[in-house]
Amino acid sequence: MARAMPLGLGRSGIAFLVIVAAAGVLVPFLNLATPVDSPWHVPTTTVVLFGKYLCFALLALSIDLVWGYCGILSLGHGAFFALGGYAMGMHLMREIGSRGVYGNPVLPDFMVFLNWKELPWYWYGFDQFWFAAIMALLVPGALAFVFGAFAFRSRVTGVYLSIITQAMTFALMLAFFRNDMGLGGNNGLTDFKDVLGFDLQQNATRCGLFALSAAALAAGFLVCRAIVSSKLGKVLVAVRDAESRTRFIGYRVEHFKLFVFTVSAMMAGLAGALYVPQVGIINPGEFAPANSIEAVIWVAVGGRGTLVGAALGARGRQRRQELVHRGASRALAVRARRAVHFRHAVPAEGAARPGRYPPRQAPGAAGGDAGPARNGR
Amino acid sequence: MTELVNSLLYLDGVTVSFDGFRALNNLSMVVARGEMRAIIGPNGAGKTTMMDVITGKTRPDKGDVLFDGSHDLTKLDEAAIAELGIGRKFQRPTVFDSHTVLDNILLALKGPRGVFASLFARLTGDERDRIDTVLATIRLTDRRHELAGRLSHGQKQWLEIGMLLAQDPALLLVDEPAAGMTDAETAETAALLRRIAETHSVVVVEHDMTFVRDLGVRVTVLHEGSVLAEGSLDQVSADDRVIEVYLGR
Ligand SMILES: Nc1ncnc2c1ncn2[C@@H]1O[C@H](COP(=O)(O)OP(=O)(O)OP(=O)(O)O)[C@@H](O)[C@H]1O
Ligand SMILES: [Mg+2]
Repeated sequence: MARAMPLGLGRSGIAFLVIVAAAGVLVPFLNLATPVDSPWHVPTTTVVLFGKYLCFALLALSIDLVWGYCGILSLGHGAFFALGGYAMGMHLMREIGSRGVYGNPVLPDFMVFLNWKELPWYWYGFDQFWFAAIMALLVPGALAFVFGAFAFRSRVTGVYLSIITQAMTFALMLAFFRNDMGLGGNNGLTDFKDVLGFDLQQNATRCGLFALSAAALAAGFLVCRAIVSSKLGKVLVAVRDAESRTRFIGYRVEHFKLFVFTVSAMMAGLAGALYVPQVGIINPGEFAPANSIEAVIWVAVGGRGTLVGAALGARGRQRRQELVHRGASRALAVRARRAVHFRHAVPAEGAARPGRYPPRQAPGAAGGDAGPARNGR
Repeated sequence: MTELVNSLLYLDGVTVSFDGFRALNNLSMVVARGEMRAIIGPNGAGKTTMMDVITGKTRPDKGDVLFDGSHDLTKLDEAAIAELGIGRKFQRPTVFDSHTVLDNILLALKGPRGVFASLFARLTGDERDRIDTVLATIRLTDRRHELAGRLSHGQKQWLEIGMLLAQDPALLLVDEPAAGMTDAETAETAALLRRIAETHSVVVVEHDMTFVRDLGVRVTVLHEGSVLAEGSLDQVSADDRVIEVYLGR
């Protein structure tokens, strides 16, 4: 009405899309087309790192859709991400073919190792890329649909819903740890060679995956925008703010929740499917409850109910993980990194005082100069 | 039986207990098609609980609740009952605070309620007109783009009545519409409800006797979960038992 932006994108939405699109083109270009010693060169490690961020951003977006707009605080979205990842991992496993350690043309190495004689039925079809791609969306979507159908019909909300989503991802983690699941158990799926004939170790392939992740993030953002700016989006916000009121004006709240939960799970699955070829492994650790909680924290930090903020919040992952792992020595980690930045920054300024902590004011400035590329290690 | 056929709302022997406490005790009441009925009664008489039963929020332990002579409301959920044509305004005004006034009306507007219908819904010119009419009726045209959360208490009450109008149900259940309003607003609200009653059946719960007198309709007095008296306001006011439990205090 008042603002006539297409799809109600808004200024920040358009800026976000422009940045994602620019990154999707520029980063691969600067990696492939510039010599390694050029100041414009983007190192491959950065391409991979930022490719991961793009996948996390898509996951964050999917959580913001259900939590920010419909009030469903899912603490189990990591499970949908991991399932999408496993679907892609299964395809990459089959792609290895006879190049595995045991050289079996059909069975992945871990199956040969476990003395399995034939491929389990649920591995059928995964030799085809298109099949795996569909499954990466369908399996998380189906799980979310069944789970949501029970939970939302019996009107499980709030903390109880959060707890059972945690239980869901935890149960899946335990299941996937077992060797009899036929999905690599503890070690998961790894040693991937190529995808659609492209060598996963090649820079060009990595750049391709990066560009694809950027495209998926942009598409996910557009889908979310389309949903939240439709009348359905208004119903979702109504459910978030006054669920029973929404029922009394005739909306079947459980159907709306089910719809948005399923769409969101499929987006998370897509993020996982793009993540796995970039990191080269998927194992049951991805189902760990802490992963899901962390993803919710990105959304909370970035700004719940904003989409753009949620996606940006995912950028903080690596750094936060670092801090969490150091636990009590958190403050130390911050200071140590500042010191490192300082040391890097100082020689350029010519006033070298190595080994000393910078004066009170300097760390902020030095940290800023060190740039985002180094931020995430 | 003739009562049942002519009635829009028919309650018979409805009992609701919360942990052994009977909020409704063998309550029977009939509201005719096109009628406006006022319900009064002291705090805790069971007025809100009765609306909860009619709208599917609370299931009665015993008794029949029929709508339009044939629909058994005790078997349906909130959304299905709303779809049958029963709308409700809550005692504590509940509007969607983070939506604009306009979107509140839009969400309530009569129309398909399905997931995909909502996803692909486009506002038609006719719907726009209906929204404008409602906004004019509740005098919130100027504030249509403001968030509902920023309205005053009285305006929220009106917005909620506006949502009812947009929903255009056959039966409106209105719980304490004048609570927290000035005398002038109360009088306006009574006038608004009288206008609505020309084309709808209405059940109004209210404590404010001036307001009930303004409505000038048949009154049912509830007490401890059952009907104590029924008739015009003057009739029930003259009833000794009513004076004792309610007006006499
Ligand atoms: N969910 C519930 N659980 C337990 N007791 C309840 C519940 N709902 C209502 N009650 C009790 O039932 C009785 C009737 O409550 P109700 O809200 O229907 O009264 P009311 O006539 O609307 O009163 P008021 O004029 O104060 O709004 C009260 O004693 C109340 O405490
Ligand atoms: Mg009440």
